[in-house]
Amino acid sequence: MSDPADLTIAAAGAKLRSGELSSVDLTEAVLERARMSESHLHAYLTLDQTGAREKATAADAALAAGDDRGPLHGIPIALKDNMCTKGIETTASSQILAGWIPPYDATVVSRLQAAGSVLVGKTNLDEFAMGSSTENSAYGATRNPWNTDTVPGGSSGGSAAAVATGSALAALGSDTGGSIRQPAALCGVVGVKPTYGLVSRYGLIAFASSLDQIGPFTRSVEDSAVLLEAIAGHDIHDATSIRGEIPNFRGSLHHGVAGLKIGVIKELSGPEIDPEVRTSVSKMHDALADAGAEVTEVSLPSCEYGLSAYYLIAPAECSANLARFDGVRFGLRSEGATTEEMMAATRAEGFGPEVIRRILLGTYALSAGYYDAFYGQAQRVRTLIRQQFAAAYEGVDVLVAPTSPTTAFEIGAKTDDPIAMYYADVCTIPINLTGDPGASIPIGLDSADLPIGYQVMAPSLGEERMFQVAQAVEDIANFTARAPLATSEVVSP
Amino acid sequence: MRADASPSPVSIAAMPVEIDIAKVASLARIALSAEELARYGAQLGAILEHAERVQQLPTEGIPPTSHPVPMTNSFRPDKVTESLSPDEALSGAPAAEDGYFKVPPVLGDE
Repeated sequence: MSDPADLTIAAAGAKLRSGELSSVDLTEAVLERARMSESHLHAYLTLDQTGAREKATAADAALAAGDDRGPLHGIPIALKDNMCTKGIETTASSQILAGWIPPYDATVVSRLQAAGSVLVGKTNLDEFAMGSSTENSAYGATRNPWNTDTVPGGSSGGSAAAVATGSALAALGSDTGGSIRQPAALCGVVGVKPTYGLVSRYGLIAFASSLDQIGPFTRSVEDSAVLLEAIAGHDIHDATSIRGEIPNFRGSLHHGVAGLKIGVIKELSGPEIDPEVRTSVSKMHDALADAGAEVTEVSLPSCEYGLSAYYLIAPAECSANLARFDGVRFGLRSEGATTEEMMAATRAEGFGPEVIRRILLGTYALSAGYYDAFYGQAQRVRTLIRQQFAAAYEGVDVLVAPTSPTTAFEIGAKTDDPIAMYYADVCTIPINLTGDPGASIPIGLDSADLPIGYQVMAPSLGEERMFQVAQAVEDIANFTARAPLATSEVVSP
Repeated sequence: MRADASPSPVSIAAMPVEIDIAKVASLARIALSAEELARYGAQLGAILEHAERVQQLPTEGIPPTSHPVPMTNSFRPDKVTESLSPDEALSGAPAAEDGYFKVPPVLGDE
């Protein structure tokens, strides 16, 4: 029998209910996998072994007593360390929050707990979710379980690596410019950025409030739908969360793609995409057409300006959001003769270089005299991108593209070149600007045995259709390869 | 700010990126050394040159998008609910006294 750490949520749930496996068995298998892999990967910042064992024991007792909380009951799940967990250190991978213990839970954490899941620990990220490689962590980089010389992507690289390795069955990440989908692609797992407003941001340490959205990492499309159903829904604590009923994301999962209209984004199909990625993605377009979909090319010229608009809007919002880290209410405090000197010293000491870079960029873009030329213009370009995507969706049901222009790149390859690093998000950023949902599904390996991700995008609140096409992609790709670090033979010393 | 009140995209594009990096760092409340200022200043210049591409698109009459969800107000019932106690709210503070956050003098000596 396979190791329980390698099961999907759906398969583990069936075994929990048939009595073949307990939540304690499942949790011990995941913790054992973490014990074997963490020295190679550093996916976790905090591994809550005691808490996980207690929760697993409680989940087993509840199930035995007939209190079944649903599909996540007893399932070990990891959280990106920018989501507040009451009583468990939460740092956002920043020195400025070293040792901070939140006095409250994020809404997603409360919902996962109500659903009976087991929190394994908090995963590594680029500091405050700013980055595309998880190298910008104040606590050291995470490595890709497919090849530890390469990055796992970012910023939710720890969550992606944990799910790919089996040190969690699933995880949550946050996606501001691709921070769920891009690491999912680079680590060979499924990652979903839901419609903006579908999942409450309460308790998510804010980076860029009009772009941030929490979503799942899993090993199957169905698991992502299940996890999203558990965390989605209106929350009184988040004024931007969408009211109304949550659609059934699994309703059309196995309906196939026959008769669906699929648009291939022309501007994300060119020479800027690595040839091996392009070939693999293009084969999937053809396979979807063979399965009965009507596949056409769609031109979205404003897409090419997405990256530039994003790197004005996101830093502008971050410069305002991160003003709260000033040595007064939480976290680090450096010495200073006056409050202002103390704040400036604290921020210089507590923030890493990429965070400082973005705060400065945002401060500049919002300052008097430059506001309209930079921030205002970026917001108008954002409108153009939204209009073009909306027009495209009048002709097609979903849009598709590569998730990342390349497969996993080497550690250190882009750390000295911010713009090259920003380019890693070129395929994912457009729908953060539009607010639409998107999923990345692993479809194969390149010649270096590194995973390639396929991105399926849908109009806002079109998750059901997105999952339907994502499931078809998963079925066609039949991606069963596992990261070398997920197998005990390789890991054993 | 209204679109019609701003200069045309062409004239904006011709504007060189000049950054008073020391002023920006001061506005951002980050104490940086001269060497750091020079490094960040150069990096910002390069990033802004790239970001300036947004100015190539004609956007006359296009309203700005600040937020992807079309909603104006979000109301909730005006009811008292449980919230953090003062002790919990102060639990992460670097310095606190008598239920207050404590900071160094706000004004200097002079």
